Amino acid sequence: MLKYVVASLFRVTWGFLLAAVIAIPLGLTIGWYRRAGMALSPLVQVFRPISPLAWIPIAILWFGVGDLAAIFLIFVGCFFPLMLTAMSAVHNIPAVYVNVGRNFGLSAADFIYRVLYPAVVPQLIIGSRITLGIAWLVVVAAEMIAVNSGLGFLIIDARNAGNRYDLVIAGMIIIGTIGLLLDLGMRSLERVKSFRWGYSED
Amino acid sequence: MLAPVRDVKLRMERVGMAFERDGKSVSVLEDINLDVSDGEFICLVGPSGCGKSTMLNLMGGFLAPTQGSVTIDNQVVRGPDPRRILVFQERGVFPWLTVEGNIGFGLAKLSRAERRERIDHYVQMVRLQGFEHTFPSDLSGGMQQRLQVARALAVDPDILYLDEPFGALDSITRLLMRGELLRIWQSERRTIIFVTHDVDEAVQLADRVVVLSARPGKIQDVLTIGILHPRNISSASYLEHRDDLLKKIGLAYTA
Amino acid sequence: MNALTQPSRWEKFFWPLLAAALLLLLWHYSVIWTATQVFPSPLSVEKGLAELFRKHVLWSDIGDSLRRVAIGFGTAAALGIPLGLTLGWYPAANQVLNPLLQILRPISPIAWIPIAIVLFGIGDHAATFLVFLAAFFPIVVACVSGVSNVPTMFRRAGRNFGLSPAQILARVVFPAALPQILIGLRIALGISWLVVVAAEMIAVDSGLGYLVIDSRNSGKRYDLVVAAMLLIGLIGLALDIGFRRLEKIRSVRWGFGHES
Repeated sequence: MLKYVVASLFRVTWGFLLAAVIAIPLGLTIGWYRRAGMALSPLVQVFRPISPLAWIPIAILWFGVGDLAAIFLIFVGCFFPLMLTAMSAVHNIPAVYVNVGRNFGLSAADFIYRVLYPAVVPQLIIGSRITLGIAWLVVVAAEMIAVNSGLGFLIIDARNAGNRYDLVIAGMIIIGTIGLLLDLGMRSLERVKSFRWGYSED
Repeated sequence: MLAPVRDVKLRMERVGMAFERDGKSVSVLEDINLDVSDGEFICLVGPSGCGKSTMLNLMGGFLAPTQGSVTIDNQVVRGPDPRRILVFQERGVFPWLTVEGNIGFGLAKLSRAERRERIDHYVQMVRLQGFEHTFPSDLSGGMQQRLQVARALAVDPDILYLDEPFGALDSITRLLMRGELLRIWQSERRTIIFVTHDVDEAVQLADRVVVLSARPGKIQDVLTIGILHPRNISSASYLEHRDDLLKKIGLAYTA
Repeated sequence: MNALTQPSRWEKFFWPLLAAALLLLLWHYSVIWTATQVFPSPLSVEKGLAELFRKHVLWSDIGDSLRRVAIGFGTAAALGIPLGLTLGWYPAANQVLNPLLQILRPISPIAWIPIAIVLFGIGDHAATFLVFLAAFFPIVVACVSGVSNVPTMFRRAGRNFGLSPAQILARVVFPAALPQILIGLRIALGISWLVVVAAEMIAVDSGLGYLVIDSRNSGKRYDLVVAAMLLIGLIGLALDIGFRRLEKIRSVRWGFGHES
């Protein structure tokens, strides 16, 4: 059982991080240059409603059945939400901050480091929390279909090979709990003081 | 025109208010005794936190006093009632209703014709003609406050409570609004109890000014402003009253 | 931000079309350069789409998927909104039910599939049930949140004007919470669309999701796979845009900030 939990978490971590590393900088850039946003936003909007699971045939085609396919699916599931979050975060930077940065004659690198990044981080964290939740959902689904290990596989297998519904329920509870823990973990990140300014006082 | 002394409309007898906070009892108001006559314009003045808004909420029936009693027309106040409407400082109007919708909000019990008539009357009174179908988000702050007053007046209350209603407006709009309020009050006389921390506002508007001390709020003083309306804010008597009030509040702040 | 000039109206169409055209070209040429036998080129996808249209299968598949979303989402809304409003209105009830909701919520609807199959067998009802589950929780949460975010001032005004609690709920709290409820509904609709496709891949034998899986399994028709994927994306987008239109209705528009 524990092996499966580790397998699922492993895939989620890789898929999510890969997506974050590519989608967030890309999203920030696209959000910044208005015309780039105008060009690419509609395309992203078309890809976003496509369930990551619909990518399964392509995933299997490119990566065969196994870990990589699952990671690819999680990547796809995380990529678009994260990119949209980054774009939205840039749009929501108060114009005041941008003007101050320009007024003080900051270089591009300086501006990104000292104004852009602190301004977008709170929203990125919230978006990441939600996307992580999505990633967790996708990994379970992907494992049901395209892989031979992990919690999702456990559920399907327990039913198929002998109607072990006790294992099915146990699996579901574990999935729910881990999902909750991931969510709580991200929320505590939101509480870290230097990020807190981005959230209204409760 | 001086407000003739009529029957007592609202009476607060030995009213005290204490809140529980972190297990301790915090006394916000103590031993408040006040008689308000029908048709009077009363201002409550005092430093921040002295309990002015609490007093208003007690009078309105949104809070129950921990000591003493509040009576209106000799009946103990037991809860909010459309006969005494509270106007808030900002964002009190319902954003999903138009001007007409807001003013008509409390008029569900009237017939269509009556409701129509009332709405038109109060739209005119607060000078929002032409904006009947406008939503509050398209109105300025001053217009929104006028709308709130119209909504309050439309249900024909006996008493109007205003909790720093002009506090969120710029100073020019504030001056204009004071004039508007007086005009409305003089054409449809009701009892008004008005909370403010602006000394000029109090002297300009009120028949009597009730000065509250810092927490725990007690009635420090009650000043009678005996000047006829319209009041010349440069006249000697006005300035005298103003100085008087400032002095009294000066005391209030160092208490 | 970078260009101080406002982009003109024609640009709103020009740039996306340019990007789409570039993407298509890129796709087309990478298929040719990698000489892949299986992955479809844009042209073959287009032909595949035409084929599906001609065979009339497509309409029934689209109809099936939409129908399941309609019923599942509709039921979730019909049950979830009253429940959410009640929980938001009575915080005590919320205290009791909230922990249960929080545990059930992260369980992927996909994980409910075995139970769905047990309860409903393979077919329509299982998929509708899964859509219902997926939409239910976001709707309830949005309603609870919408109600508790109604400023106390509004509730007080309601009491002040002599409204009964039921009237306050209907005439003050509900309109005030409506923007947030609509956002929750829109998100739930998006989730429903995702889930119905996923459910159809596993538990049903019709619908767009099934089309994706089936096209691959029976004949490696990747052109149809991609065609179906594109359709899924476009319909999902259409649903989202349609819903956003609702947010423009005047008596709700106040609740949405001026979006650029």
